[in-house]
Amino acid sequence: MQLAINRVMGVLSPSVATLIEEARRGSIRAIGRILTLLEEPDQTSLSILQHIYRYSRGAQVIGVTGIPGAGKSTLVGKIIGEFRRRGYRVAVVAIDPSSPLTRGSLMGDRLRMQEHATDPGVFIRSLPTRGLKGGLSVAALAAIEAFDAFGYDKIIVETVGVGQSEVDVMHAAHTIVVVTMPGAGDDIQALKAGVMEIGDIYVVNKSDKPEARQTYEYLSFALEKEEVGREAPGWTPRLLKTSAVMGQGIKELVDTIEEHHRFIHKTGLAAKKVVERRALLAKLIVESIIARYVDEAFGGLVERIVKAIEGNEPLPNIVMEALREAAKRLYEDVRSGTDGGSKANIPGCS
Amino acid sequence: MSSLPSSSRGRGRRIKVLVAKMGLDGHDRGAKVVARALRDAGFEVIYTGLRQTPEQVAYAAVQEDVDVVGVSLLSGAHFPLMRRLIAKLKELGAEDIPVVLGGTIPVIDVEPLKKMGVREVFLPGTSLKEIIETIRRLAEERRARGETLAVSASRERGQGD
Ligand SMILES: Nc1nc2c(ncn2[C@@H]2O[C@H](COP(=O)(O)OP(=O)(O)O)[C@@H](O)[C@H]2O)c(=O)[nH]1
Ligand SMILES: [Mg+2]
Repeated sequence: MQLAINRVMGVLSPSVATLIEEARRGSIRAIGRILTLLEEPDQTSLSILQHIYRYSRGAQVIGVTGIPGAGKSTLVGKIIGEFRRRGYRVAVVAIDPSSPLTRGSLMGDRLRMQEHATDPGVFIRSLPTRGLKGGLSVAALAAIEAFDAFGYDKIIVETVGVGQSEVDVMHAAHTIVVVTMPGAGDDIQALKAGVMEIGDIYVVNKSDKPEARQTYEYLSFALEKEEVGREAPGWTPRLLKTSAVMGQGIKELVDTIEEHHRFIHKTGLAAKKVVERRALLAKLIVESIIARYVDEAFGGLVERIVKAIEGNEPLPNIVMEALREAAKRLYEDVRSGTDGGSKANIPGCS
Repeated sequence: MSSLPSSSRGRGRRIKVLVAKMGLDGHDRGAKVVARALRDAGFEVIYTGLRQTPEQVAYAAVQEDVDVVGVSLLSGAHFPLMRRLIAKLKELGAEDIPVVLGGTIPVIDVEPLKKMGVREVFLPGTSLKEIIETIRRLAEERRARGETLAVSASRERGQGD
């Protein structure tokens, strides 16, 4: 890996500045390109973020999470339709679980939302859980910022909600909808361990199935006993029934999402969330950059480490040497950049 | 705060491919086999399912910013459908995204399709290996040319609301 020094940070190249202008005018091509540029933290992506933060219009970020097969993507497709009827522009970040067994990923969330593909007020973007070099959470949080800046009112993030990066992404959401389905007895236990504590709204989907009643009753009991649900003074987690395929309960769900939106605005939680989200993104970016130095240090050290292990050298010594190597490279790059660097100079920003 | 290590952008980013099934027939086994093979070859594959209109495919390709669009067609309507797809991509400022086509295409139609702008036609019997390698080559060629960042918004119509 090359670690060339970029002395000037925060300066937009003319082509990127043009791209942002076109994205602001609604070019889906430009937005699509920018999302790609934001997938991995580097000078370009940071200057884009720095530049677009000012355009935020306080979009509601809605996390939709729950076990695979619960009907999240189908439900999101219906939610998009209802939001559009109410006049909102809607963006979706569909995080598709990659198969751990293969190198690539096959993403199919989008196919359940394709009826909205040609609607200029809808933008759907898929992200794989694995294989993004800067990590999933950086790409997802940056995409949220871009959609917020480019005029989408509602940003829906679909995830299966397992793994640290998906939990990170959920932390960026204003409103969390946990989707479950009937007959998921064991899965409810699994959900309880993971996402059941974080929901603002719970949905029993597939309520066209008779077994849905039992699941609903179970969840309603759990909610009453406060076993599940996110604590927020003034908001009691809601429980709803939907059938995404029959289009039932969608209006009520969207009403409740809107009600939560009003609640977080009234209480000031909405603005606080934006600050938290950006702080989290900054931290994740730093982590991802440090990880590059660690990778590089280890790359150069692999043979020595193998020898050291073979020679029964103490593990603490091995770890210290690798750390020293990574820290040295990081320090040198940071220092030389600081000495020779110029101030950020972003067009349109005094 | 003025310096950052540059990333190895571009060199490591996975090739992203949209696999779409156009036409009215309900058979997508072939498209799914190709989609899985591409995934196993390390690509990021987005599958949009059956009975897609050319417009849906074009919008999805642009929103997902894919490197290559792969279309599967069995219905025989490949001329009008591909013409519409290529026109829509152009209208969206994405004529640089190569389009490839597979399915039941008669040999005699290959040249006219290529003239129309289809970059490659996979005739029945083409091996998965060949499909993978062709898509990889097209994606790499496009990236090597430098991904054109500036797009012409003026070509886009009906954006925003
Ligand atoms: N019976 C029934 N099936 C549904 C419903 N919603 C989704 N499904 C089906 O459940 C399967 C998984 O749906 P999907 O949206 O991909 O679930 P996800 O993995 O949670 O995103 C698909 O076959 C859907 O057609 C529903 O309300 N009722
Ligand atoms: Mg899904």
